[in-house]
Amino acid sequence: MPAPIRLRELIRTIRTARTQAEEREMIQKECAAIRSSFREEDNTYRCRNVAKLLYMHMLGYPAHFGQLECLKLIASQKFTDKRIGYLGAMLLLDERQDVHLLMTNCIKNDLNHSTQYVQGLALCTLGCMGSSEMCRDLAGEVEKLLKTSNSYLRKKAALCAVHVIRKVPELMEMFLPATKNLLSEKNHGVLHTSVVLLTEMCERSPDMLAHFRKLVPQLVRILKNLIMSGYSPEHDVSGISDPFLQVRILRLLRILGKGDDDSSEAMNDILAQVATNTETSKNVGNAILYETVLTIMDIKSESGLRVLAINILGRFLLNNDKNIRYVALTSLLKTVQTDHNAVQRHRSTIVDCLKDLDVSIKRRAMELSFALVNGNNIRGMMKELLYFLDSCDPEFKADCASGVFLAAEKYAPSKRWHIDTIMRVLTTAGSYVRDDSVPNLIQLITNSVEMHAYTVQRLYKALLDDISQQPLVQVASWCIGEYGDLLISGQCEEEEPIQVTEDEVLDVLEGLLVSNLSSPVTRGYSLTAIMKLSTRFSSVNRIKKVVSIYGSSIDVELQQRAVEYNALFKKYDHMRPALLERMPIMEKTASNGPTEIVQTNGEAEPSVVEPKHPPPVGQPASQGNDLLDLLGGNDVPVIPTTMPTKPASAGGELLDLLGDLSLGGPAPAPPAPASQPPFLLDGLSSQPLFNDIAAAGIPPMTAYNKNGLKIDFTFERANPNPNVAVITIHASNSTEADMTDFVFQAAVPKTFQLQLLSPSSNVVPALNQGTVTQVIRVLNQQKQQLRMRIKLTYIHKGSAVQDLAEVNNFPPQSWQ
Amino acid sequence: MQFMLLFSRQGKLRLQKWYVPLSDKEKKKITRELVQTVLARKPKMCSFLEWRDLKIVYKRYASLYFCCAIEDQDNELITLEIIHRYVELLDKYFGSVCELDIIFNFEKAYFILDEFLLGGEAQETSKKNVLKAIEQADLLQEIKTLMVYQKKYM
Repeated sequence: MPAPIRLRELIRTIRTARTQAEEREMIQKECAAIRSSFREEDNTYRCRNVAKLLYMHMLGYPAHFGQLECLKLIASQKFTDKRIGYLGAMLLLDERQDVHLLMTNCIKNDLNHSTQYVQGLALCTLGCMGSSEMCRDLAGEVEKLLKTSNSYLRKKAALCAVHVIRKVPELMEMFLPATKNLLSEKNHGVLHTSVVLLTEMCERSPDMLAHFRKLVPQLVRILKNLIMSGYSPEHDVSGISDPFLQVRILRLLRILGKGDDDSSEAMNDILAQVATNTETSKNVGNAILYETVLTIMDIKSESGLRVLAINILGRFLLNNDKNIRYVALTSLLKTVQTDHNAVQRHRSTIVDCLKDLDVSIKRRAMELSFALVNGNNIRGMMKELLYFLDSCDPEFKADCASGVFLAAEKYAPSKRWHIDTIMRVLTTAGSYVRDDSVPNLIQLITNSVEMHAYTVQRLYKALLDDISQQPLVQVASWCIGEYGDLLISGQCEEEEPIQVTEDEVLDVLEGLLVSNLSSPVTRGYSLTAIMKLSTRFSSVNRIKKVVSIYGSSIDVELQQRAVEYNALFKKYDHMRPALLERMPIMEKTASNGPTEIVQTNGEAEPSVVEPKHPPPVGQPASQGNDLLDLLGGNDVPVIPTTMPTKPASAGGELLDLLGDLSLGGPAPAPPAPASQPPFLLDGLSSQPLFNDIAAAGIPPMTAYNKNGLKIDFTFERANPNPNVAVITIHASNSTEADMTDFVFQAAVPKTFQLQLLSPSSNVVPALNQGTVTQVIRVLNQQKQQLRMRIKLTYIHKGSAVQDLAEVNNFPPQSWQ
Repeated sequence: MQFMLLFSRQGKLRLQKWYVPLSDKEKKKITRELVQTVLARKPKMCSFLEWRDLKIVYKRYASLYFCCAIEDQDNELITLEIIHRYVELLDKYFGSVCELDIIFNFEKAYFILDEFLLGGEAQETSKKNVLKAIEQADLLQEIKTLMVYQKKYM
């Protein structure tokens, strides 16, 4: 068997391979040779073969069959074998395989070897890849070596101990005695590794931390010597003495000084000294300054020192070296919360970093910029950030857009500015904006009542330019649907109003429906917007046509909408104005605000006025027509339930009711009572109860009697809840003319709660030919005397009549 | 430090030192991804990048990239100094080191690294001491081999 080829030879040969296939062939051939050599248990060439195997492993080829051979090499007495064997172990073995445990005995022996370089190999291997079991077995040996006077071994033992502690934290205690005089060493290697060991122990155990605090003076002294001592060629790096040791000491001081006044004070001077005296022309000096700044910011340093630290960071920001700038931005980001004002001073430099070429620097500068935005600098900062948004990489756009929205929400100086900013974001980064921004923006727009005309105009113009950005298109179509009337009326206070015709608007919206750029969600938005315009525009026929076309759309969502809207046109046309009225101002709930509205429809938009129920549109109308036929069985009163909720909330304050229950008012009011279809489940069900009331024993009373209008109250206790009084009003008209548009409203004192259900009709026929009934429910938990203020409005003989009255003559049984 | 990788501009691995336990498969995956990420960086970019939950510090010396993965609390700037120190050690040892030296003498590159760093931390901050130790160990190799030779042939 010829001698296996040398390592260098193999490397040279493999490098001559011109293709991957050729290389693989060579490797396979050599592997086969190596395998047979291993089988022969050849001691002489084992080392050479394993070395070759390691090379092939680095190229990416499997080498597991060499694992045991590494162990044999480690057990050999030849230093060369041990060197390669340990290297092989570190490269090929890992702690998941049981094979590695076989190493333990060898390492133990080698830790006690007569030659320090062999001991060194063992320590290195254990410290690099020792498993928990191995560490447990060999911790004692390591601890012994930690106490040796041989600095070559001591420094290695210290780092090996660090590894042991990381693997088996419980063993930390056993190294404590050996640490006693580690810091009195002169040898820098031992000092450095000792500081690392102490750092590890302090980080892991608060007890150790407290114990080692007493070392602060010693550490300060060592650091001082390093700075003050003259040139030491052995440890010098660009004029600085042992920067590695300085940085490690500073880091340990940081841990020891954190949260401790005395320690922090003891290190104050040295920190100031390092901060002012360190040479900053090279990276190494800046590395030390960086660590110093981190330490100053973390411990309880006095304010002068903190300002010094922030100023160092500020200087870093102006450094040509981008690494330094990066590090500065990272540190400033950490301190911006605690030292906000100091960081603000460097705001302009930070903003300049937005224009840096490096991606990481840009990202940090962006995060920091958002952290620095406040009420004073919002306008200037936003200009810069919007400019950044224009030109930044796509990976930033989503975060930047969200940041802009948040900042705008918090600090917007005016509503117009806010809307302009949002428009800018939507037009420049429209497709990257997060999904939840659309409902949030819609909510914001709804609440800026005075800006509606301006907003819809700007959005319309934006749509004319570009319909590819979905969030923009969705918000725009929603707004056009809501405020289309403002758009064509040509009123706009904020800027020059544009002249738009209904057809042009409808063209745009229909364009969205057919465009390939529109997502299904967007199409839904635009169809609903078109529908809403049917009550705001006069070209109803055109809208009807569009809606009916989509009744056979392939998109199920669109189809359903179109069919329902069609139904609105055909059978339920009288309901259309009510349904498509302006949206009220939305309350932003703590978590998701408008998404609540979103979910209740099961649709992706809050555009339809029907909150909180998915019943088909058809039912209420049938109820309306068959009013008199209805008996207790019907149970889906759609529109009416909006009625009771309104007065119930208003009913608390005696005065409030009459203030905000303004009939036919603008946006805030839900559908005004006057337009309610005259059907009412409860009103009907109370009629049969009419007879029960007498049986219940509470006498009826006359609440109001004036100008021919008489209102009687009849009472009943609600069965499940005796605290609730159910009052039915009966309005009758003794004059010779009908009272039309009759509306009855009531308010009760704060301690009561009132619920007003829909009236049976809003025409009180003349000459007592009929009555209008309406049910009031009063919750009287505190059993106080019932008082009520009522307001009546109606039209009589062509003129509007309005009257207020107090009702105090409630029979005691009604509230006791 | 969690690991250090040396690779060429074509993405060929020249040295890999792992200080955390990972399976071979994981190591290969990390190596592949990281090499790709670093090679994609433009020359003007800074030497630091965030990758997964680690900080990566890299520097290019001639045709070789030296790449270290450090933890959140480690100092990036001093890591650059560590990389530089390692290059200086190689340079002193090989005499104007180039990539070929490291290819043909990879085991020596490992030995030098293991004399400078242990468990991911610097064990010796004096250049002189590291080189002295390597020198002595090399000598030990020679002597033992010589003794074998002498035993066999004399």
